[in-house]
Amino acid sequence: MGGKQPEPANVSSKSESMATNKASPDLLNSLSFKSLKLKTKQQELLIRVSILGLVYVLAFIARLFSVLRYESMIHEFDPYFNYRTTLFLTEKGFYEFWNWFDSESWYPLGRIIGGTLYPGLMVTAALIYWTLRFLRFFVHIREVCVLTAPFFASNTTVVAYFFGKEIWDTGAGLVAAALIAICPGYISRSVAGSYDNEAVAIFALLLTFYLFVKAVNTGSLAWALGSAFGYFYMVSAWGGYVFIINLVPLYVLVLLITGRYSMRLYVAYNCMYILGMLLAMQIRFVGFQHVQSGEHMGAMGVFLLMQVFYFLDWVKYQLNDTKLFQTFLRITVTSAILVGGIALGVGTASGYISPWTGRFYSLLDPTYAKDHIPIIASVSEHQPTAWSSFMFDYHILLFLFPAGLYFCFKRLSDATIFIVMYGLTSLYFAGVMVRLILVATPAVCLISAIAVSATVKNLTSLLRTKQKVPQTGSMKGAGSSKASSKVLLDQSQPFQKNGAIALLLGVFYLLSRYAIHCTWVTSEAYSSPSIVLAARGAHGNRIIFDDYREAYYWLRQNTPTDAKVMSWWDYGYQITAMGNRTVIVDNNTWNNTHIATVGRAMSSYEDEAYDIMRSLDVNYVLVVFGGVTGYSSDDINKFLWMVRIGGGVFPVIKEPDYLVNGEFRVDKGASPKMLNCLMYKLCYYRFGELVTEYGKPSGYDRARGVEIGNKDIKLEHLEEAYTTSNWIVRIYRVKPPTNRL
Amino acid sequence: MAARIWILAVVVAVFLSLSAFSSAQDLQIVNAERRIDLSSQIVKAFLTLKVENIGKDPVAEMLLAFPPTQIKHLAMVQALAITGKKKKKTYLPLDVKPSEQPDAPNDAGFFIVSFATPLGPGETVKLEVLYILTHSLEPFPVEITQSESQLVYYHDSAVILSPYHIKQQTTFFKTPSTRVESFTSIEPANRAGKEIKYGPYEDRTPYSYTPVIVHFENNSPFAVVEELVREIEISHWGSLQITENYRLTHGGARHKGVFSRVDYQSRRSISGASSFNALLAVLPPRVNSVYYRDDIGNISTSHLRTGFRKSELEFEPRYPLFGGWKATFIIGYRVPLEDYLFEAPDDRRYLNFTFGCPLVETIVNKLTVKVVLPEGSKDPSAVLPFTVNQDLQVKYSYLDIVGRTVVVLQKDNVVPTHNVPFQVYYTFKPIYMLAEPFMLVSAFFFVFVASLAYVHIDLNIAKK
Repeated sequence: MGGKQPEPANVSSKSESMATNKASPDLLNSLSFKSLKLKTKQQELLIRVSILGLVYVLAFIARLFSVLRYESMIHEFDPYFNYRTTLFLTEKGFYEFWNWFDSESWYPLGRIIGGTLYPGLMVTAALIYWTLRFLRFFVHIREVCVLTAPFFASNTTVVAYFFGKEIWDTGAGLVAAALIAICPGYISRSVAGSYDNEAVAIFALLLTFYLFVKAVNTGSLAWALGSAFGYFYMVSAWGGYVFIINLVPLYVLVLLITGRYSMRLYVAYNCMYILGMLLAMQIRFVGFQHVQSGEHMGAMGVFLLMQVFYFLDWVKYQLNDTKLFQTFLRITVTSAILVGGIALGVGTASGYISPWTGRFYSLLDPTYAKDHIPIIASVSEHQPTAWSSFMFDYHILLFLFPAGLYFCFKRLSDATIFIVMYGLTSLYFAGVMVRLILVATPAVCLISAIAVSATVKNLTSLLRTKQKVPQTGSMKGAGSSKASSKVLLDQSQPFQKNGAIALLLGVFYLLSRYAIHCTWVTSEAYSSPSIVLAARGAHGNRIIFDDYREAYYWLRQNTPTDAKVMSWWDYGYQITAMGNRTVIVDNNTWNNTHIATVGRAMSSYEDEAYDIMRSLDVNYVLVVFGGVTGYSSDDINKFLWMVRIGGGVFPVIKEPDYLVNGEFRVDKGASPKMLNCLMYKLCYYRFGELVTEYGKPSGYDRARGVEIGNKDIKLEHLEEAYTTSNWIVRIYRVKPPTNRL
Repeated sequence: MAARIWILAVVVAVFLSLSAFSSAQDLQIVNAERRIDLSSQIVKAFLTLKVENIGKDPVAEMLLAFPPTQIKHLAMVQALAITGKKKKKTYLPLDVKPSEQPDAPNDAGFFIVSFATPLGPGETVKLEVLYILTHSLEPFPVEITQSESQLVYYHDSAVILSPYHIKQQTTFFKTPSTRVESFTSIEPANRAGKEIKYGPYEDRTPYSYTPVIVHFENNSPFAVVEELVREIEISHWGSLQITENYRLTHGGARHKGVFSRVDYQSRRSISGASSFNALLAVLPPRVNSVYYRDDIGNISTSHLRTGFRKSELEFEPRYPLFGGWKATFIIGYRVPLEDYLFEAPDDRRYLNFTFGCPLVETIVNKLTVKVVLPEGSKDPSAVLPFTVNQDLQVKYSYLDIVGRTVVVLQKDNVVPTHNVPFQVYYTFKPIYMLAEPFMLVSAFFFVFVASLAYVHIDLNIAKK
């Protein structure tokens, strides 16, 4: 785009010099006028580039709250695994990484890391790291990992600009870039330190969509190829690529149904699908799923349908007889659908095509996971979204979105159809699962940007036409809407101007509220690393609970290097990454039985649990306990999920045994099984001697606000190995068996 | 017959060697007092000797002997000559060098002390010797629980090991508390409070040795830094960046059994008496940008007090250290360059910085000090008051092309007394300082030129 800019400049300067030859008296006048005109164009470019540059920087720095407030560190759970693998990749090289069998997790099974992860994020970070090293910037890999997410968020704003430009105009592009730069829905997953797949995946997702829409608009093979590579990057980075491989065919199908089939679409989709599929197969974790799994069959069906359409087009061209063609059409379409249906049926029946996975089902049916896969339902980010979190994450975009949809429908094109479909489907998924708000965010931002841009443009053109009637030509792209406003203007002039000003002020007020809200949300809600907890003290001072790292570092330094640690799966990644010790289960929840075994051990009596732990070679047991600090997301509050997941595989564990009248209690009224299960004992061991709050009896659990029911806990097979300073993490050593007599 | 000649030859050889040694026998120690401080993990011994030349020739040097069990734990030996009477006492440091004596009994180790002026016949000199022993307190019992306090053994001799005849001598052991389980009794020996007194003993022949064991309570922090790497990076832009990598361990009796947080919190006085959780580092004054972190991130428990003469960093490891527990961490800070970098008269520059470990009362098993000189520095040389292993390395830092010369100084068994200044001399042309800014400027320049060119050049093949 930039390359074409000076071209008209040269042309016009030529014409200008010709003009000077003809009329020398006008020289000064024409020169200044012409150069001014040139300047406005260059100025526009300058303004656009500088706005985009500012947005780019803004997107980056808005995500640095956590670094400034805490430190440059990796957040949450999954990012620790990503960090550990990236470290491995940079230390050992790509081939070692690709063939890495990790014996530190899922003991005794182990995990083939290279074949069970999306390597895109790690490879990206490693490439950035190696490039910086090559340029003699000797940064630590941790800094690269921490800043990968903000960096890619910045890149996303650029893609959003081009996408907005493609579907509407440059103004919408700029607004989209600005909106997405600070949208909390996106920031929640891309603050500095949240080194997760989503950090690069949203960039890849939007890039793929943009390139595909561009390909559809131009029919160019090059853009389609670009889109295929974008898809490849997305597949390498995140499992959410399934969304692309279903949305794009759905979009194509809609275009086919609405009679918008064109050669451009044919080129774009075929190239993108075939190449994208072949490239995606290179990722070991994905493998042949594109031809074997139920989730990917839609794309293949649409691909075949596309060929049928092309064939029919060709036949229509050859036949010239409409009646004959109609019959032919009927026969072909019926047989094609029939053949496709049979192939799908045979494939599914023979087991060649795998059925849909649980996660996919749970997306289509929000209640599915609750009944069938408790492990998916147990994750808080897999819960259905509450209305408040929509408001929290989108703020005014929630109102602008329908307005944008209205504008899109008013100016329907291939591109706007795409964005509408993307917006509507992703918004549905966002309603099903909290974490998918992230996927919907770019669409919501783009559609809202259209609304903002179109409204502001209409309003400003209204004001301008009022002031300088002859200079209407200076605004381009406003097009038909401006013409209509002019008509309106003629009808009621004085009223219109004030109204426009008021509305403009209203828009700017709303946008400024949005900016304030986003900053507030980012700083208050999304910039906490969750591994370091901060609280306000009685005198307003900041108290830091760094117990997690205390415990993990203790494990790392003071336990045998081959020690096996059993904990609930949430902490698995952190223990391996920070504690450098082998864990039984971790956040890669690939083996439900193994997790259920741990859940069963935690919910059994100590001697039963001891047998399970012996069979798993467990040396240490780690529990998270918030009773002293009032930290509510601890293992006692997660305990029912352990029971449910354990009970799902081992029917000995029954949920009602742990409840009293359907109520989960830890005080005196708790069920006897609850009061004596391993988890209860490990959390509350010697807690009864402690006075946690002034004026409360000893053994008062601050997280649940009750006095515990079993204060006299004796451990037989385990002993306290370490408890952190605020009791948040407690580690127990499993004693060797006593001598048999 | 041949055998007899052989024996004779041996006797002659022995006699000759003794006569070579006889200058040593010209000396005798009139009075010796030894005070051994056992109150921390570092054993400090103060030896006051009155030496007399009873021979006929002037003697220039004397020997100090140490038993083989001590010689490998010996961190430092210093000697001072005292002249003048009580009020006008002046101390003169003397040169002390390790030496090999081939005929030493039972592998005893020796140090040679050179007198300032040779000691004439009949003259006496008063010497004060300080020697420091590390890893000489042996925990017994080897493993203790959280509620027990730490007991240690100290092995030594009741009389001073010396190649000279000692007319009269006394030894005092100072224990940290009054709790002494046992001590070997060599009459006259008695204990009063925190002090155990052996002696006075009269007329002990050379190389007398009477082993004694003192078994006592010592709960002082046994903070042992297994390895410390200090990196001092000189930037001629105005600062000195120091990064210290610690591998700390509790070198006392190993912790056994449970760690109970309840006991540790509520009964602090009797629970974990030998453990420690606070450390103090003495840093230079005007220190800034101090950080304290480890492999997994920042550690938030530290306080810095800056002062005119020194700064103090009080910090806690992530967890209290019990016997055998380990902790690794990094301390980094920055000091202004003008306090430590000077120009030598011969147009060279030199860094004047403190050797040793900033942590108080710690033993460092292996200390590596790396001085990273700025890129383009030449002819580095280090000057130290004691011997260390020296080496040169190359390090690449931000925007380095040829790399920086690193002077590596390595020493084992370092105690706080080694915190003395050392110098590193090198030559450096100030023009090299501009290399990196120039590189950055030119990089930006090329980016702008490239974008200018891109905007102005039409790369389209097809004409529009």
